[in-house]
Amino acid sequence: MHSSHMIVELLKLLAASLLLISFAMLSRRRTQRLITLFAWQGSVLFISTLLVAYSAGLTELYFSAALTLLLKVIALPWILHRLIQRLGAQWDSEPLVNIPTTMLVGLGLVIFAFGLAQPISRMATTITRNTIGIALAVIFLAFLMMITRRKAITQVIGFLAMENGLFFAATSATYGMPMVIELGIALDLLVGFFILGIFFFQIREQFDSLDLSNMEALKED
Amino acid sequence: MLPIAHFDAALIARGLPLLLLLVAVWIGLGLIGLLRPHSVRFVARVVFPLGAITCFALGAVAAHFLVSSHAPEVMTLPLGLPDLPFHARLDPLAAFFLLLLGLAGAGISTFAVGYFRSGQGTAPGLHCLQYHVFLASMALVILADDAYFFMVAWETMALSSYFLVTSQHRIPEIRRAGFLYLLMAHIGALCILLSFGVLQGGRWQFTFDAMRGALLTPFWASAAFLLALIGFGAKAGLVPLHAWLPEAHPAAPSPVSALMSGLMLKTAIYGMLRITFDLLHIRYWWWGVLVLGVGLFSALFGAIFAAVQTDMKRLLAYSSIENIGIIFTGIGLAILFAACGLPLFAALALTAALIHSLNHAFFKSLLFLATGSVLHATNQRSLGKLGGLIRRMPWVATLALIGTLAIAGLPPLNGFVSEWLLLQSFLFTPQIPHAFLNMLIPLCAALLALTVALAAYVMVKFYGVIFLGQHREPSLVHAHDADWMERLGLAWLALGCIAIGVMPQLALRVAGAVTGALLGQAVNLSSPFWWIAPIASKQASYSGLILLTGIVGVVGITFVMVRALAHGRIRRTASWDCGYPWQTSRMQDTAEGFGQPIRHMFGPFFRMERELPAPTDTTPHYRIHIEDRLWRALYLPIARYVQRLADWIGLLQGGRLAIYLLYSFLTLIALLVFVR
Repeated sequence: MHSSHMIVELLKLLAASLLLISFAMLSRRRTQRLITLFAWQGSVLFISTLLVAYSAGLTELYFSAALTLLLKVIALPWILHRLIQRLGAQWDSEPLVNIPTTMLVGLGLVIFAFGLAQPISRMATTITRNTIGIALAVIFLAFLMMITRRKAITQVIGFLAMENGLFFAATSATYGMPMVIELGIALDLLVGFFILGIFFFQIREQFDSLDLSNMEALKED
Repeated sequence: MLPIAHFDAALIARGLPLLLLLVAVWIGLGLIGLLRPHSVRFVARVVFPLGAITCFALGAVAAHFLVSSHAPEVMTLPLGLPDLPFHARLDPLAAFFLLLLGLAGAGISTFAVGYFRSGQGTAPGLHCLQYHVFLASMALVILADDAYFFMVAWETMALSSYFLVTSQHRIPEIRRAGFLYLLMAHIGALCILLSFGVLQGGRWQFTFDAMRGALLTPFWASAAFLLALIGFGAKAGLVPLHAWLPEAHPAAPSPVSALMSGLMLKTAIYGMLRITFDLLHIRYWWWGVLVLGVGLFSALFGAIFAAVQTDMKRLLAYSSIENIGIIFTGIGLAILFAACGLPLFAALALTAALIHSLNHAFFKSLLFLATGSVLHATNQRSLGKLGGLIRRMPWVATLALIGTLAIAGLPPLNGFVSEWLLLQSFLFTPQIPHAFLNMLIPLCAALLALTVALAAYVMVKFYGVIFLGQHREPSLVHAHDADWMERLGLAWLALGCIAIGVMPQLALRVAGAVTGALLGQAVNLSSPFWWIAPIASKQASYSGLILLTGIVGVVGITFVMVRALAHGRIRRTASWDCGYPWQTSRMQDTAEGFGQPIRHMFGPFFRMERELPAPTDTTPHYRIHIEDRLWRALYLPIARYVQRLADWIGLLQGGRLAIYLLYSFLTLIALLVFVR
């Protein structure tokens, strides 16, 4: 009993750090820092999944945790690093429009997410039910990041962060999705990521930069 | 021997499978055309004659059904979606329109055999596919027995005819005409779909059988009727919805114009009759008044506009609007009589409308095909550059004369029969138990008479300017007559005009089967075969045969007498030139000149732009542009409004990825708030 209480508190701490990392991502300019933060987010997710698996005694979740570690902590950040090196974009920084405003909007989203999660938390039976709000907030913040950024790579990082939030929501609401679905999502993520990687090169070849505002010219009048 | 005879009897007794087989043959022929798509010889000399034979067979089976048995035949086809099979049904109404399709289609397809030339727009094989799919879809529209099958066939018909219209798609005007046609076709189809949606009456059964059983409140019945009127009116070219017709018909190759005007417009008539008299269980008198008004206005409008046209195919297209107006006038009267509990008079008016549909299929196809021959011979469509072709193209001129006389409503040809029947049915309006109506409707009869007279005027113009007088352009000297397959097609249609005119009993009998099925009444058929007296012989009767005998007799006697008395005393010399000896063929009355009085009398109908040269102008130039007022008053404002709406919606496409992401984000938030 004591240890389980301890674990719940630990999980809450991890969830809070997840949220903090999301906010940090929202305000970071440098692409390389963003990748590091993404890797951190993945590792926090890995630890929390591991804790949930241990406390709930579910072997499936161990696999999920391993998958998270492999994919989101090691593989994807490594590929991203390689990619920006190849693209020569590691020191790219993008002008962020009005960070305080973005933060305030983010704050509003967090409040909204908590309000939204309340009825779900009441119904859920998991030990992690209090963190559903945070999971939703992470999804929203990642979405917000995609909206405010203009570089293709940061868009992809935002997309991946959103998936992290979804994964966290799944573990905290129902102890994770069935294994088959999770494997499918992981595969989708990897494939989608590769396709986007190809697109990066195509976009750069077309516009000489990864700035997506160039794509406005594609609109037909 | 015996089993074969038995099999034949079984096959003929069941007309529906045979008809469906013939439709399948059409589609097959269309596909065969694709085998050698660029060979004019193969497509025109092999496939089209077979298509014409199939047409004839279809008409024959339908006629056999009408004459022998009237019991409806039903089939469920192994086609369509799972749980939503296609239903087909053959009843007298369907058989009548199939008869029309088959007989007129046979003439058009025969003509098309000779009409094909290489190097005109779409490849011949593709053209052949579109042509036969068009024919097949028209037949399926008529045979369909559920809304789903009907709409599939209806849309196939619209699409295949769109591709036929735009077969010379490199010309921008033709593309524009095609677009307008497709747009109107889709608006019409949408209204028809909605009408079926109302007709099912909340039971969500879309077979026509279920719709016959649905009981609608007066409001919903009227809604279904009005939607059907708009939908089928858009296809038929009733007046506020007619704009596509004078653009699309001239744009198409002539056999296609003939198919569209002669046959496709009739499918809209068929649909209107099917919904009004078969699917709806009740009819209100004001529906009849509405249809009567719209029909009469269309008829008058079409006749007036036809009188001022200078392009021969546009002239015929406006004349189609006029004829469709006359048919709808008959339908309106029939609804009115039926709603007032006078089924016999309703049957008379409906008979007039049906026979006029049949007649129009014959004479309008004939005239459109004749313009096709003229077009091939001269490369001219403008009436101002034709003339004197009766000497260069005697066959076409003679056969076109029959069509012209028929459409002008002269006895003993078929146009007279239907217009006479329609005027007869106007005479019974005093029996209607509505005080104002039975006073107003005789006025409508006067309008109808005006329209018919104007139509005759238009036809004098059409025939006179093209075939009579002197040729207006030197190149017309080289015009050649149509080849023998074209002549055969024209002659077949002309024969139809004469047959119905001289023996109206035949047409009355097949139309009687339809009115019998729809209204439970048919006009009087008991008089001898050379005589028709639709209501009672002491009121009015007509005999085409006696009239023909009279005409032939008088002409023959005159001819003989002239030969006998004046023979050998003919003197050929120049005509009196009014003291002005330098007359050229350009000084003949022109199409503009002939239409000018009408343009003056009905001035408010037109929107004219005219450039008159000043008397001092050394290079005088006369230009007149006549436009439909409705185009600016109705179509352009709607188009502008739609454009503005589209521009607003277009603002959504900002081109920035962030904005698009914001859309999905806001949608997500809104949905989450909504779900809470």
